[in-house]
Amino acid sequence: MTPALAFLNGVDPWIFAFSFVTVCATVWMGFRSAKTSKTASDFFVAGRSVSVGWNASAISGEYLSAASFMGIAGMVMSSGYDALWYPVCYACGYLFLLLFIAGPLRRFGAYTIPDFAEGRFDSPLFRKIAVCFVLFIGFFYTMPQMKGAGVTLAYIFPGIPYWAGVVLVGAVITLNVALGGMKGITLVQAVQYWIKLFAISVPIFVLASVYGFYGSHLGANDDGRRDQVAPPTSAEVQTVARKPLVEKAPKDVAWVSPFGPLTTKAVNAAAAALPAEQRPAYLAEYQKPYSLLYTYSLIMALVCGTAGLPHILVRFYTNPDGTAAKRTTMWVMILIGVFYVFPPVFGVIGRNLMPELYSGVGAKGTDKVVLELPTLLGARFGVLGSILSGITCAGAFAAFMSTFSGLLVSMTGAVAHDVYGRMLRPKSTPAQRMRAFKVAAVLIGGVAIGLGCFVELLEINFMVGQAFAIAAASYFPLLFMSVWWRGMTMKGAATGMLTGGLCALTAAALTNFSTLALDKGPMGKIFAGFAPLNGYWAHHPLLRILCEQPAIWTVPLAIGLMVVVSKASAATVPADIRMKMLVLHAPEQLGLKQEYIQEHQAGAGH
Amino acid sequence: MHSEEFLRLLMRRQLKLSAACAATFLLALLGMPLLNYFAPAFMATRVAGFTLTWLILGVLFFPFVWIISWRFIRRSIALEAEEVNSIKR
Repeated sequence: MTPALAFLNGVDPWIFAFSFVTVCATVWMGFRSAKTSKTASDFFVAGRSVSVGWNASAISGEYLSAASFMGIAGMVMSSGYDALWYPVCYACGYLFLLLFIAGPLRRFGAYTIPDFAEGRFDSPLFRKIAVCFVLFIGFFYTMPQMKGAGVTLAYIFPGIPYWAGVVLVGAVITLNVALGGMKGITLVQAVQYWIKLFAISVPIFVLASVYGFYGSHLGANDDGRRDQVAPPTSAEVQTVARKPLVEKAPKDVAWVSPFGPLTTKAVNAAAAALPAEQRPAYLAEYQKPYSLLYTYSLIMALVCGTAGLPHILVRFYTNPDGTAAKRTTMWVMILIGVFYVFPPVFGVIGRNLMPELYSGVGAKGTDKVVLELPTLLGARFGVLGSILSGITCAGAFAAFMSTFSGLLVSMTGAVAHDVYGRMLRPKSTPAQRMRAFKVAAVLIGGVAIGLGCFVELLEINFMVGQAFAIAAASYFPLLFMSVWWRGMTMKGAATGMLTGGLCALTAAALTNFSTLALDKGPMGKIFAGFAPLNGYWAHHPLLRILCEQPAIWTVPLAIGLMVVVSKASAATVPADIRMKMLVLHAPEQLGLKQEYIQEHQAGAGH
Repeated sequence: MHSEEFLRLLMRRQLKLSAACAATFLLALLGMPLLNYFAPAFMATRVAGFTLTWLILGVLFFPFVWIISWRFIRRSIALEAEEVNSIKR
């Protein structure tokens, strides 16, 4: 083989073919739909005729990212039970959105959080503050998508390094968005959901029917206790053949029970720094309580964070009214709930059948279990293993492509529309704005690719959790309080959102830097300055937990500040607050929205 | 319709419904770690291979949330219809 084609060594043609077809189909569908809907208003007005079913599929398609598709399975495999909180809260976080935010937000007619921020407080300044968080949350959310891309490419082409995959996939998607394809078109996103559901469920059913079902595989994680007590007598649980665990894998009991390796990491590190004779007493005293705290903080971040994701809330505008917005949310919960049953199964089966992944790091670690597990079938059924692995690769591509392009569109929109169109050049022509959109897309895509190259060593799912924690401490308190409390002022909202959000951002960044400083390769050198932090945290495990999962203190902090500052600046509550509240909460049939708009237009004329 | 009382009534009724649903949800969600904490042996009971806690969290929790959301939507839509009627009358 010529050197130019050396990277094709060891490429499985089936896996390559499926992935390639998915990428091409996505790009083609994006361009085709982009042609039929040229302007933003086209997109949104057309959206109003979208049925609840399509819209719910589209929201689910945009929501299920690389974290859901690859990350959860990898994390369940590496950490066990504790990682289950992620899929459960990713799905159930929508309940908070449904109960408190979806209906009122749709009625208000604001389709991005910056729009809502400006409309609710009559303050263009606040809009600008809100825009910053689109970027903060967006960048934190794109990093794991980029890692998903790097891992998948490194799996398909074993010869290429991790960063090359990130650059390649990032560049393709960025160019697409810049050239106008792949905007958040409902149809494309809806189809993506069904691709992902198909790609995650079919391989599971085939694998399970050959190697044993969910329960049997979990039942095998019993530390051999079953064999000691009695031979396997119960007919319902047949044991499955499992490979011996490698040294780096967590033990069965710790893995399958709550408060396992994920939530006790900080305390275990602290215990390791103590003299050996003090360790058992220390662990007995602190391990479980701190672990409980970690769990609660994680739950809070995920449940509240779901309600504050910028690229998801945009989609609610395509509902015709508040009632449809609520119905859509319910269907989204059902669609993603069905999806989220499957990824942990990959993690459980992977632990039993592919334990060698535990010894891999970065792109070769547990995050690729979804991609690689189906190849096991190759030993018995030949090409079927490759085909199923190709299907999961295709699903992974669908996952990070749809989420990354969705995020890129909302971030680029924020920069081109708010930063350029409103702050830098308020008098720019539409053509100039179009150019600004393209330039911004390339810039933001470039930054996202750059960031993505750094995060090979961080778990995909963990990083998404951090993006949720930032959203939970900034946008969630803003939306929740502004919808339900009329006494909220712009100053209160801004103080709370900025403080809470920035605290969460700093905490998340510090955690990542200190983890990267542990690396023995080039990353360790870049972040060497943060290495002392690990020593400090070894003595203060509680601080480490509060930094790794900041939601438990940042969310109350943000809400508390909002209340206090709003009370102090009560004189600046918008004058037409009663009307705004009526628009938020009264059913559309009363026709309040139109009156509200007319009043405003009349007011502007004076 | 633009009166203070109407707005108060509107918000209180809807918030009451949302809060009741949220309380059911949070009780279950936040109760799970507590059960794991105080009754670890019970939650580790094996049911068809699953530990009890894994079965609840990994499988049964999803339908539970669907039921809450379905009930919320029905009640909330009925509530809105009532409000519209009371104004139109």
